[in-house]
Amino acid sequence: MSRSTSDTNVDVASLVEDVNLRRVGQYTLVVLFLGFFLVPLETGIMTALKTNEAVARSLPFAPPVGEGFTLENLEYAFSQLTNSFVNSLLMAIPATILNVLLASMAAYGLTMVNWRGQLAVLSLFLVGVFVPYQAVLVPLARFWNNLFPLARMLEPMFAAAPLLQGYHSRLVPLIITHVAYGIPICTILFRSYYKSLPDSLVEAAKIDGASITKIYRRIVLPISKPMFAVVFIYQFTQIYNEFLFSFTLITGSNHPAAPVTLILPAIGASTSGVDFGIRMSAAFLAALPTIILYVAFAEQFAEGLRTESG
Amino acid sequence: MATGDTTESKSVPTEEVVGWETKLRYFLNSDFVRSSPFWGIPFILMGIAVYGGIGYNVVISLTDYAGLGRPTFSNLDFEMYATALSNDAFREAAINNLVLLVAFTTVSLALGLFLAILLDHGIRYKDKIQTIYLMPMALSFVVTAQLWLWMYNQENGVLTVIVTTLGFEPINWLGNPEIALASVIFALVWQFSGYAMVVYLAGLQSIPSDQFEAAKVDGASTVRTYLRIIIPQLKESSVSAAVVLMVFALKAFTFLYALVGQYRPPNGTDILATLMVRQAFKFGKWAYAAAIATMLLLLALSVIAPYLIYQHRQGSL
Repeated sequence: MSRSTSDTNVDVASLVEDVNLRRVGQYTLVVLFLGFFLVPLETGIMTALKTNEAVARSLPFAPPVGEGFTLENLEYAFSQLTNSFVNSLLMAIPATILNVLLASMAAYGLTMVNWRGQLAVLSLFLVGVFVPYQAVLVPLARFWNNLFPLARMLEPMFAAAPLLQGYHSRLVPLIITHVAYGIPICTILFRSYYKSLPDSLVEAAKIDGASITKIYRRIVLPISKPMFAVVFIYQFTQIYNEFLFSFTLITGSNHPAAPVTLILPAIGASTSGVDFGIRMSAAFLAALPTIILYVAFAEQFAEGLRTESG
Repeated sequence: MATGDTTESKSVPTEEVVGWETKLRYFLNSDFVRSSPFWGIPFILMGIAVYGGIGYNVVISLTDYAGLGRPTFSNLDFEMYATALSNDAFREAAINNLVLLVAFTTVSLALGLFLAILLDHGIRYKDKIQTIYLMPMALSFVVTAQLWLWMYNQENGVLTVIVTTLGFEPINWLGNPEIALASVIFALVWQFSGYAMVVYLAGLQSIPSDQFEAAKVDGASTVRTYLRIIIPQLKESSVSAAVVLMVFALKAFTFLYALVGQYRPPNGTDILATLMVRQAFKFGKWAYAAAIATMLLLLALSVIAPYLIYQHRQGSL
């Protein structure tokens, strides 16, 4: 292939050679796939910005022009989603922070300190990554509703707290659930990072007699800042996008504590059919936080995915 | 693990006369105990949630718990499993589940590999393009489902416009039970093939480029070089990407739920997860749902266990 032909001093002949059929084909395919991945997003945004009439009349991927352009759908969808946005953030931010901290500690104790039986404990974490959530839904519903109704217990406290509404107590069991089930994957992400650190990093401190806690606080914590960013972005996206736990623990998609993912499927649906202008607006708004995060931290996001696969 | 063994054996001397106090002191000073504040709390939390949850689910599946009141633990039996296995709806869901699992994983892997190879050869703005290919991964199933409902819309969705422009009859993508599952799989491939691409790109980068040069000198064509030399070396990438993709496939419930916003997914796309949630949350048949969930877990374990054993043998655990 033409890996080495990008030298600056190429003569015209080799330049012509470089623009060969294969390269043209290669770029054509790249562009075609750009279309494949972007068209669903593009048509969604275009539809979100059109009036109902324009949606019915124009091509789905054509931009809205003149009278067909409107922001009403976006405004309406936003008014429908505002409360659930707050709920999603109130859920995802604390859950992610707790998750990242606990996972970093667990990975440290399982990687940088050595003890017998470590592999067995680690395997239990590893299996936890892959367990389908369906397998724990019935116990989860029963636990938080019947055996330990934490939300109901906390309700008066939340009703008294400024800025918090009583119904937000529903989010507490949800946060705990997200933290518990997020621990395995976050631990594995941190672990692969800690494993890649050179042994010499902590050896010297160990010889100097630094305690396990001190090594973590003074050496490991400062050095794992980039990994904290990776795991935070990965896990925030996961929790923000999650649906099943909210569905199980917050009954009814119109519950005032429902996060965005729970509200979204119902928006724009009516007995007379689906209003796609509103629906696409809502979908786009719901996705916006993760899209912004993704575009701003694409490398960290990809890094999280690469690490996930071992 | 070797160092772990030595510290432990050091802390328990082999002399016969060691009092239990000394043993206790050694134990309390061991790295196991000292590091336990770090991994202990996460371990307990995760253990209760994952393994406690699974255990309790199995127990419930052996009762006749139907939502109200308490499960009767006195008559533990496998009735719910027998009901499921003899039920047509269950068998249909199980078959759809397997089709989804295999087809989705295969197509995503193939497309991901193709994209990775496409981008691995001197493409400009490779990082930006890669970011766009991977973008659907940042979306939730719920959002993806809304986008594809519009793509598949029979009146004037994008695919309908393309099909009619080409002069064909509009296709009922999600309404026709014969192609609905394929439509679902196609949308899922759109969302997740970028993941396979990222894993393969990392794998390709670990292969030294002089192998290309060597093959070129030998006069091998590019296709041949890939088939004979490069792709066989991507085995590990394939295995780990496949496992993660299968786990995504088992989670496809949310996508199917969000497609129609009800308990019933489009005709012909019912999978074990949707069946399970419908039985539990719509009909209140909790024990039956728990039995289906247990079987779903077994399906997942049959994928994961060989993978973990393979990883362990490779020494990469």
